[in-house]
Amino acid sequence: MLKKLAISATAALALSAGAVLAAGDEGHVHDVDFSFEGPFGTFDQNQLQRGLKVYTEVCSACHGLRYVPLRTLGDEGGPHYSEDEVRAYAERYEVFDAELDDFRPALPTDHFPEGGDPNAPDLSLMAKARAGFHGPYGTGLNQLFQGIGGPEYIVSILTGYTGEEKEEAGTLYYENTAFAGGWIAMAPPLFEEAVEFDDGHDNSVHHMAEDVSAFLMWAAEPKMMARKQAGFVAVLFLVVLSVLLYLTNKRIWAPVKGKKTA
Amino acid sequence: MSGIPHDHYEPKTGAEKWLHSRLPILGLLYDTIMIPTPKNLNWMWIWGIILTFCLVLQIVTGIVLVMHYTPHVDMAFASVEHIMRNVNGGHMLRYLHANGASLFFVAVYLHIFRGLYYGSYKTPREVTWIIGMLIYLCMMATAFMGYVLPWGQMSFWGATVITGLFGAIPWVGEPIQAWLLGGPAVDNATLNRFFSLHYLLPFVIAALVAVHIWAFHTTGNSNPTGVEVRRGSKEEADKDTVSFWPYFVIKDLFALAVILVVFFAIVGFMPNYLGHPDNYIEANPLVTPAHIVPEWYFLPFYAILRAFTGDVWVVIAASWITGGIIDAKFFGVLAMFGAIAVMALAPWLDTSRVRSGRYRPMFKWWFALLCVDFIVLMWLGAMPAEEPYATFSLIAAAYWFAYFLIILPLLGVIEKPAALPATIEDDFNAHYGKAETPAE
Repeated sequence: MLKKLAISATAALALSAGAVLAAGDEGHVHDVDFSFEGPFGTFDQNQLQRGLKVYTEVCSACHGLRYVPLRTLGDEGGPHYSEDEVRAYAERYEVFDAELDDFRPALPTDHFPEGGDPNAPDLSLMAKARAGFHGPYGTGLNQLFQGIGGPEYIVSILTGYTGEEKEEAGTLYYENTAFAGGWIAMAPPLFEEAVEFDDGHDNSVHHMAEDVSAFLMWAAEPKMMARKQAGFVAVLFLVVLSVLLYLTNKRIWAPVKGKKTA
Repeated sequence: MSGIPHDHYEPKTGAEKWLHSRLPILGLLYDTIMIPTPKNLNWMWIWGIILTFCLVLQIVTGIVLVMHYTPHVDMAFASVEHIMRNVNGGHMLRYLHANGASLFFVAVYLHIFRGLYYGSYKTPREVTWIIGMLIYLCMMATAFMGYVLPWGQMSFWGATVITGLFGAIPWVGEPIQAWLLGGPAVDNATLNRFFSLHYLLPFVIAALVAVHIWAFHTTGNSNPTGVEVRRGSKEEADKDTVSFWPYFVIKDLFALAVILVVFFAIVGFMPNYLGHPDNYIEANPLVTPAHIVPEWYFLPFYAILRAFTGDVWVVIAASWITGGIIDAKFFGVLAMFGAIAVMALAPWLDTSRVRSGRYRPMFKWWFALLCVDFIVLMWLGAMPAEEPYATFSLIAAAYWFAYFLIILPLLGVIEKPAALPATIEDDFNAHYGKAETPAE
């Protein structure tokens, strides 16, 4: 038994060692209790809709979501807007149509446009491209319950401004406790009550930051809820199959083994 | 087939006889699936089936992914996002494929270390072992090239670093590197040839797996005692073995189901756990990531590669003796490939006539240390190249070589092995008692 335990411990260690990351000069990322964390976590549709509004009115001035098709705003497990609402939303963007050789209002079949500022990174995958947590002990295993910390990283950036500024080679940098190195080129994008929510939800900076981060998590992983459901069904099915195979195995081997003495 | 005496396939119906005289394929299948297998195989003998499953899983998911993937530097990253967002079930297929590679390596490492502990590599199974090592090399090449295909930052920079290793070979290094890359740097030609080879190599692996199975079906399986199955007569052999079907097929399938519970939990609930966040940023030749870390399964050998820096005395000595031809970089590359080479040579380096580590009191401890060493190397491979990790890496790398080159040859001479059971049957009965007639 001890040997078996040692083997499983070895396997677990070997697996987790892969997720160990070198701790660099990383900023501070604080945990946020998002609704989509853990094996049973789901996106909060209202939060995604509020987040989209923050994205549209603030972020999209510079950033883009080039990999996200507009029609997916109507998908279940996402903001889940009606077809008409998606069409109306799409029309606010102008996209270049190669066939027309001109710009036209976007259709649901188009993607979100790219950002206007070439220095502003695309946000489609940002929530998966940053990891806020590596614990416990650098194994990264807590992401099963906490997530990878990408949305938390975004929240921490948005709320991490200290108010200090400095100018270097003609560029203004803003001190930010979450950004690696401590100084970020992005000006504080959110201020109190920057966005008026349709549902009258609290629009303090902290709330808006959480909402837009949840939206960006959805943008990065739109099939998350379908994936977790498939995982759950697969695990359930395989547990039943394991039990059946265990019993089959036991029965097949019984005549070979006789009674266990040791 | 030679080997353990057992019943062979006899065609019974007319149709079977007709086919058998023209193509004895049913006989081949029967002999393969009904092969007498030592009945004392323990749970460490399940990994072969897990590995076969992994190969099939990777080929099936891979073939479907290829239907939607575009191997071009401007489109590869976007086509992966297309798979994740627009292809029906595409996100599941991709996560299964990405995590399937990790399951593949978990299984192959446990399979290899099982062989190392129970002396499965020893005569007459050297060929099985060597073919296994070739499969392992092909797996590493396939996994490495597969990781380049999504064309993220780690894909690009990992490819740059690893192909750079070949550039360290004296004189011919740079032409070889350019030949591998299809140009002076990682670019579209690199992506295309990696894609082509990533598709080809799994079928090479499948062929090698067939030969691997052929080889150990010729010699018979090894087993935890290392005592061979008695082959004097079929009656004797029957006391030591049971047929593969149904005994081991059902046992292995049970193990597979349990492992798949964990696998699907990872795929469903934390599919990016073993990946690197930087690979969700499209490849950018102008921005180097802060830490270029290979996939976890390469880390032990990556640590050995980095362990031999220019200030280590063996490196200085090698450089002095060869007049600078072997510099620190090339030494590291030699050490990395050497670490796998010494493992492949284990059948000839191990001088002990006792196969199984179970009956080798001293070997047990050195082997346990090797397991710890492997995990420590894996951890060190993920750490930055600075103190104290550099020193640790050197010690851990030195032990890896010492185990194969000094300890294994020496132990066979100085160690006094414990008494072996006379037969597999004795060992089996000692555990389970004498078999009784089934009381059905």
